[in-house]
Amino acid sequence: MTQLTDLGVAAIREGVAKGDFTAVEVAGAFNAAAAAAQDALNAFITLTPEKALEAAAAVDADRAAGKALGKMAGVPIGMKDLFATMGTKTTAASNILGNFVPPYESTVSQKLWDAGAGMLGKLNLDQFAMGSSNETSAFGNVISPWRREGSDAQLAPGGSSGGSSAAVSARIAPAATGTDTGGSIRQPAAFTGISGIKPTYGRCSRWGIVAFASSLDQAGPMARDVRDCAIMLEAMAGFDPKDSTSLDMPVPEWEANLNADLRGKKVGIPREYRMDGMDADVARVWDEGIAWLKDAGAEIVDINLAHTKYALPAYYIIAPAEASSNLARYDGVRYGLRDLPPKESAKGAGLQDMYAATRAAGFGAEVKRRIMIGTYVLSAGFYDAYYTQAQKVRTLISRDFMDAFQTVDVILAPTAPTAAFGLGEMVSDPLAMYLNDVFAVPASLAGLPAMSVPAGLDRQGLPLGLQLIGRPFDEQGVLDAGLAIERRAGFTARPAKWW
Amino acid sequence: MSDYRIQGATGEWEVVVGLEVHAQISTQAKLFSGAATAFGAEPNTQVSLVDAAMPGMLPVPNMECIRQAVRTGIAINAQINKWSRFDRKNYFYADLPQGYQISQLYHPIVGEGAIEVQLDDKNPESTKTIGIERIHVEQDAGKLMHDQHPTMSYVDLNRSGVALMEIVSRPDMRSPAEAGAYLAKLRTILRYVGSCDGNMDQGSMRADVNVSVRRPGEPFGTRTETKNVNSVRFVMAVVEQEAKRQVALIEDGGKVVQETRLYDPDRNETRSMRSKEDAHDYRYFPDPDLLPIELDDAFLEECRASLPELPDAKRHRYETALGLSAYNAGVLTAEVETSRWFEALLAASAAKQGKPEGDVAKQAANWLTSELFGALNKLGKSLADSPVSPEAGGELLALVGKGTISGSAAKQVLEKMLETGDAPGVIVEREGLTQTSDTGAIEAAVDAVLAANADKVEQYKGGKEALFGFFVGQTMKAMQGKGNPQLVNEVLKAKLG
Repeated sequence: MTQLTDLGVAAIREGVAKGDFTAVEVAGAFNAAAAAAQDALNAFITLTPEKALEAAAAVDADRAAGKALGKMAGVPIGMKDLFATMGTKTTAASNILGNFVPPYESTVSQKLWDAGAGMLGKLNLDQFAMGSSNETSAFGNVISPWRREGSDAQLAPGGSSGGSSAAVSARIAPAATGTDTGGSIRQPAAFTGISGIKPTYGRCSRWGIVAFASSLDQAGPMARDVRDCAIMLEAMAGFDPKDSTSLDMPVPEWEANLNADLRGKKVGIPREYRMDGMDADVARVWDEGIAWLKDAGAEIVDINLAHTKYALPAYYIIAPAEASSNLARYDGVRYGLRDLPPKESAKGAGLQDMYAATRAAGFGAEVKRRIMIGTYVLSAGFYDAYYTQAQKVRTLISRDFMDAFQTVDVILAPTAPTAAFGLGEMVSDPLAMYLNDVFAVPASLAGLPAMSVPAGLDRQGLPLGLQLIGRPFDEQGVLDAGLAIERRAGFTARPAKWW
Repeated sequence: MSDYRIQGATGEWEVVVGLEVHAQISTQAKLFSGAATAFGAEPNTQVSLVDAAMPGMLPVPNMECIRQAVRTGIAINAQINKWSRFDRKNYFYADLPQGYQISQLYHPIVGEGAIEVQLDDKNPESTKTIGIERIHVEQDAGKLMHDQHPTMSYVDLNRSGVALMEIVSRPDMRSPAEAGAYLAKLRTILRYVGSCDGNMDQGSMRADVNVSVRRPGEPFGTRTETKNVNSVRFVMAVVEQEAKRQVALIEDGGKVVQETRLYDPDRNETRSMRSKEDAHDYRYFPDPDLLPIELDDAFLEECRASLPELPDAKRHRYETALGLSAYNAGVLTAEVETSRWFEALLAASAAKQGKPEGDVAKQAANWLTSELFGALNKLGKSLADSPVSPEAGGELLALVGKGTISGSAAKQVLEKMLETGDAPGVIVEREGLTQTSDTGAIEAAVDAVLAANADKVEQYKGGKEALFGFFVGQTMKAMQGKGNPQLVNEVLKAKLG
């Protein structure tokens, strides 16, 4: 028998339903794998083996009782530690929420539990989802299970959903939730050779997800393949009256409608994404992707996304602006860390002193940097030059996409400009780190569904991903094109187990 | 319009006033959370996860609050913006859990409007139109309590997230009286509309008072803003004191600084709270958690149709259709409860007399404003806790109108009604106050009086007509006060030729 931890969502669900194995056996196998990998990979902030077993036992009992099983029945998953989980510590990888235990469950996690999934634990991430390498976590770096050929240098699993990408690629979770604000699902998926989709903005409720940048944040699944992503996204998505920006639309049957036949479809190739000095392997894989989609029956069309080069600067104004405001609530007054400076006078420390000490101790350097950038761009006298201008750029970027989608059905581009980089290689240069999001950010600004699928390896044996960007609400088109690539890429590489 | 002037050492000064009124919207639930809004609950018992700004919590607009703001806008003849948006006003304070207040800076829901105020009750011509720049909807903050513990402050978040309308006037007022009249009229309108209960002592309505002074006809001076003034009287006092202070300051060679001030009612003075130098930079930007509010015509039409008759229209109708005096019309429409009481009284009285309302309105208005108000005043009661209901009042008025009792008997009946709560008919029976309209009985009484006073009859016929009152008195006395005075008069006139 194959190892249970080699199975993905669909295979586990099927095996449990058929009785090939029990959900408890599956949960046990992944619990063991997660625990064994924890010291080496640091993928989890909190392990919750008992939660995984509890959910699995309930599924087994339901099956024994002949009850209908949910979409995710018997599948234990990792939960990014940005989703509030009732009774389980939810840290956002920060000190300020280091011991925060929510008295409520996020909508998306609740939907997954309702569908029969169980929780292996809370996954590490970049602090408040701010980062592209998982090096900003207050709970330590996540170490990618991947290594360059002939090297044991530690690599970044991508970010901010770095715990999720590491766990899925290391086979210590069959799937995991991610959140994507400017590439935080797609880039780590690409870095670790797995699939991940950020649906249309509003598909998944943001209720109960610790906010980074409200107009951009969107939850999505990260899994071994396209089908698993489709299954899990169906379980996660859906209208939520508790989120004003939630889409009031039915959730399509993405899994049942998967179709890799792209005859009659047009795929756009944006010229602006082919940058000078582009990594040769990335360019090669992109060309291969074009060939595969052609082979699947699609017509390839060159398109212009003229404002692409402004996307990154606009993103790094809008996202920090929203973050500076969203993170104001972490003030030490009601919950989370409170730090009172020592009394310097008989009067004692005041409210301002408490704010300053709490936030200084509670936030990491990258979070502070973004709060300061965001505060600056919203300040009197700078607002129009930065925030208003960035919003105009955002509108133009959306318009570029809408114009392109007059002609094409889906857009193909690289997910990231490079393969995974080494831990510590970029931390001293935030701008270089931000540039890693260059291909991911435009779809985020436009709120479009976009996914990364593994497409090949670079010359050092590291995974490279291809990105598919679709029309608003057309997750199906994205998944279908992703499936067409998946079938032709034949990506079977996986990290050799060194941990 | 106003000739209110401050007499300074160097000449006359004019005061310029604008008000920003915060009115709590009367709804069961808060603006963006389902939490309750009742006044006076135990601290922190009306706080949802959203109000406490827990991680990942999101605001969802309460459309009833939007509806009430729109109804208010329509009531002040304002532009209603079919597209509006919420912005975040960012600042740190312990009573502000989110670290920002959700408000509307750039695109308020209600634009330009105006209300008309009357400066002198007795003079219908003394009106002035005060412009309203905008109404926007925003969240209230919580409350800090500094006196509960020696070294700590306590926070009560019950009020956090409660919906407010901020109603911003133009700087159109020129005297304490105009500012007072504006606030009182605004309160009246809000209470008619039902969008705010206007309870200033509970903080449901409070005003930030912007005051500056200038030489008449010159450009505006630098203004100060006195925060959270919670009565009409205090607003008038703030305008007066602040104008005087500014004049004295300028005349002493000083300069008014733009600053926030507080009013101390005990000392009747304003004090500096913080100056512009340490003013916050609120970093307003559109709230990305909320979609713009888009209103359609059907919604606006429903808001319009749901409005009651408003005070100005009602007052006009009382004067024209009901024939009331301008003064009475003003008094009866100043409070929505008074007009409701009056209209119930009028309906009951007209029904019981089988007459159109217009025929009995003056009687009802006079009785209410002079008799009942006077009597309640003596008892220290208001109309709201009057022991006499509008229906009982209407019955009393009908007894007078139909001639069953005299006007003077009606006063006695009212006293008994206030004492006992009994119905007027019961009291009239018990006290034997029914007046006699039996012409036979009256004629007999008159005959007896004339016969007994033949000498005076002679004098009367000889030209001493003042004696007529004597005959009336004697007749009434003979009838123990129960004779219908009008009939007594008529019979006497006939018999005396």
